[in-house]
Amino acid sequence: MALLTVEDLEVSYGLIRAIRGVSFEVNKGEIVALIGANGAGKTTIMHSLCNLIPKAKGKVTYDGKDITHIPAHKLVPMGMAQVPEGRRIFCELTVAENLKMGAYTRSNKAEKEKTLEEIYARFPILKERSKQIAGTLSGGEQQMLAMSRALMSHPSLLLLDEPSMGLSPLYVNTIFDMITEINRSGTTVLLVEQNAKKALSVANRAYVLETGLIVREGTGEALLNDDAVIKAYLGG
Amino acid sequence: MNTLINGLCLGGIYALIALGYTMVYGIAKMLNFAHGDIIMVGAYAVYTTLALTGHTVPAVIVAVIVCTLLGVLTERVAYRPLRGASPLAVLITAIGVSYLLQSVSQLIFGAGTIPVSIGNWGTLELMGISISISSLLTLGLCVVIMVGLSLFITRTKAGTAMLAVSEDRAAASLMGINVNGIITLTFAIGSALAACASVFYLMQIPAVSPTLGAMPGIKAFTAAVIGGIGSIPGAMVGGILLGVIEKVCSSIPVLAPYTTAIEFGLLILILMVRPTGLMGKTRREKV
Repeated sequence: MALLTVEDLEVSYGLIRAIRGVSFEVNKGEIVALIGANGAGKTTIMHSLCNLIPKAKGKVTYDGKDITHIPAHKLVPMGMAQVPEGRRIFCELTVAENLKMGAYTRSNKAEKEKTLEEIYARFPILKERSKQIAGTLSGGEQQMLAMSRALMSHPSLLLLDEPSMGLSPLYVNTIFDMITEINRSGTTVLLVEQNAKKALSVANRAYVLETGLIVREGTGEALLNDDAVIKAYLGG
Repeated sequence: MNTLINGLCLGGIYALIALGYTMVYGIAKMLNFAHGDIIMVGAYAVYTTLALTGHTVPAVIVAVIVCTLLGVLTERVAYRPLRGASPLAVLITAIGVSYLLQSVSQLIFGAGTIPVSIGNWGTLELMGISISISSLLTLGLCVVIMVGLSLFITRTKAGTAMLAVSEDRAAASLMGINVNGIITLTFAIGSALAACASVFYLMQIPAVSPTLGAMPGIKAFTAAVIGGIGSIPGAMVGGILLGVIEKVCSSIPVLAPYTTAIEFGLLILILMVRPTGLMGKTRREKV
């Protein structure tokens, strides 16, 4: 069953049509990846899904509801959370305050506390550094915090925008392990990545984006073995 | 000693106004040049309520309510439609709102200066010096308000959300924070602080006129910039510093005529040495 359906999405920057009619869907329980080169429009799609930038055309449905024009802050209580590109943690707040902001829309104190305990259990480093100013964390730790912050809202659908960007190979593996684990515990994931190989290896299905259009789609495995994809994105 | 207390008193008033400037700048990313005129409206609200009831407490309550509503209203009507517009357009709008408020008060109350009698509670003898009770009250309440505000910002969810919005508006909205709501809250708090400042200001200079807000407004703005605009502790420090310097200078006969020049000279000096103000953040460019 489709949790997120995007139909004929178009986004323009002035006269330039950055996204030129993109349709895709994410089914409940899946990891779906959007891959493509720099400038293909991956982040533009992620921003427009949450209405951080306006859509020129198209329709977005989440969990059966039309969310085409619903502002970002109202999507979070509906169960849709996004980890933006470049992490965007609150550098001047502490680790604990960042996590608190992630649970901003939840009111049940006991449930929030439970989610926090789970996150601390999974990432003891965040507990250790809970009083530390978040800007002093390393890049990998910041990504871990950004993803944990989004999990604090207890999302059904998690949008991840370039989670491995700028990280050391060791942390890239940690982050991808984390994505698989988040998915296994019941959260549907839409993943945008430049690291196509990694993304395809964890994704159930994937779409290949090229200058604002979807040019290929298939299962992660099929695309990993697709000659054109290998040539363009996997350095084959 | 008396000079110092008067200076701290005036400094407290400047700090309250400076907090309004600095919070709005930090969270809404705009300079609200109509902030000084909110004080003026607060002063007229005090004057009117005093004339009608003769009591100070209802006057203060009415001033706080009127200013808070006015602050929220100006944000909703004048500034919100310009969200995302160029900073210059917002700045000009703020100046427009400032003139509008001055003209409306002039229409209602006339252009003249009207005396207001508030806070004549005599003096207190303390360790051989006499201090006016209204000054002590101003000082005490300023401290209480500033401590309260600091606790609100650091200890409550809404306060932390204000800091989050100030740092990264888009990321804050992805957390489910209603950014427009937080900006409204900021204007409400800033204007309520301005209302308190207007009451204390009237205790110092007991007269109202349509341009009353201009001078404390510009001085408090200077204080906010000295402290580092956007920084809440900076506004407190800058305000108190400026108030003390003003009272100390005007108590020394040789310096008295140059008081304002010294204050603004200090601003220039501090900005030359520390362009971000005393407690301002040096923004790191993100790669």
